[in-house]
Amino acid sequence: MVKEIERYGIPIVHMATIITISQSVGANRIVPTVAIPHPVGNPSLSAEGEHELRKSLVDKALKALTTEVSGITIFD
Amino acid sequence: MSDKYKVLYYVNQFFGQIGGEEKAGMEPVFKNEKIGPAVGFESFLKGNGEVIGTIICGDNYFNEHKNEALSFIMKTVKEVKPDIVVTGPAFNAGRYGMACGVIAKTIVEELDIPAVTGMYIENPGVDTCKDKVIVVSTPDSAAGMRKALPVMAAITDKLMKGEELGLPEEEGYIPQGKRLTVFSDKRGSQRAVEMLIARLKGEGFKTELPMPEFDKVEPAPPIKDLSKATIALVTSGGIVPKGNPDRIQSASAQKWGKYDITALDKLEADYCTIHGGYDPVYANEKPDRIVPLDILRQYEKEGIIGKVSQYFYTTTGTGTSVGNSIKFGKEIGAELKADGVDGVILTST
Repeated sequence: MVKEIERYGIPIVHMATIITISQSVGANRIVPTVAIPHPVGNPSLSAEGEHELRKSLVDKALKALTTEVSGITIFD
Repeated sequence: MSDKYKVLYYVNQFFGQIGGEEKAGMEPVFKNEKIGPAVGFESFLKGNGEVIGTIICGDNYFNEHKNEALSFIMKTVKEVKPDIVVTGPAFNAGRYGMACGVIAKTIVEELDIPAVTGMYIENPGVDTCKDKVIVVSTPDSAAGMRKALPVMAAITDKLMKGEELGLPEEEGYIPQGKRLTVFSDKRGSQRAVEMLIARLKGEGFKTELPMPEFDKVEPAPPIKDLSKATIALVTSGGIVPKGNPDRIQSASAQKWGKYDITALDKLEADYCTIHGGYDPVYANEKPDRIVPLDILRQYEKEGIIGKVSQYFYTTTGTGTSVGNSIKFGKEIGAELKADGVDGVILTST
């Protein structure tokens, strides 16, 4: 899906935990995430801590979307 | 001492008979017995080899703690000293396939012990290892176990006897991208012309050198001004409104859905996941853990981004065919384009 959406010329960032899959499929902008059942969250943190964590992950995603890349790039 | 060759087997928590998704976080363990598919596998070795033990590891644990899991597995392999390692078969299970592939390849590379696994051709694990490991081509679900095991065993037996394997399609494994010199009674120019004629006549022909398929997409140019950009959320994590109004499948999705989130500041109890294969507790408690609408909405209010797109798009990633994923991507992309979306965040579980 990532690649087909990008073919329309829209920048897309893949947020995923198993980034090796993401790389082998060929996503150009990748942000590694926390865990398979909660990629952008962490139930073991406090509500505020989790909010901050999610914010930092979304920040990375937005950074990826505003950065020029020439091929598969991981934003960590 | 037996003169049978020694096979070490690897399976996940499910095939290791520990449990289902709730046990996917388990750390690797070694048991000096045959468990799950190892039993059937050994029977196909016709007494030439024996399975001396089984390593079992949770799919999530392996993928989330790869280094720790691998170091335990490598230590076990060194202690047990098998002649060959067999992993899976993983069919079309992505996390299990990644584990089977990475483990098998690491053992081949670091310990020079041969390895055999089995996967469905579309399993992402195939690409992690097929150049170093014999990957038997299996059906896409565990219903194909009976087909997969005899082939995996036959190949294992040949490797252990030092026999050369035949061509991938004859033996039933996935091509490794190797070229072999073979003798032919016709010279190349003649074979090429015959192929050309067959093609012109509309008859079937078979190339001697399939071209690799490079399917790369040019990266789209970055967003210039985030504060004016419309950002859309897409997920393969199966988040849907409660009740799943469009009846999106929980595995092997045949469709996707889109839901209007204009009025929402975050995803709450009226959303849940219908995705099979991962523990849904955390996602159902707080769907923003899969689709981070809360943060994006906050950034919209703060003017960091222009706006959050009206709809979020969703489907299930597990077991969904590459063909359907391409179709979904094309359809969703066309809508995003028409809606003037400037950037997309796609989350996967």
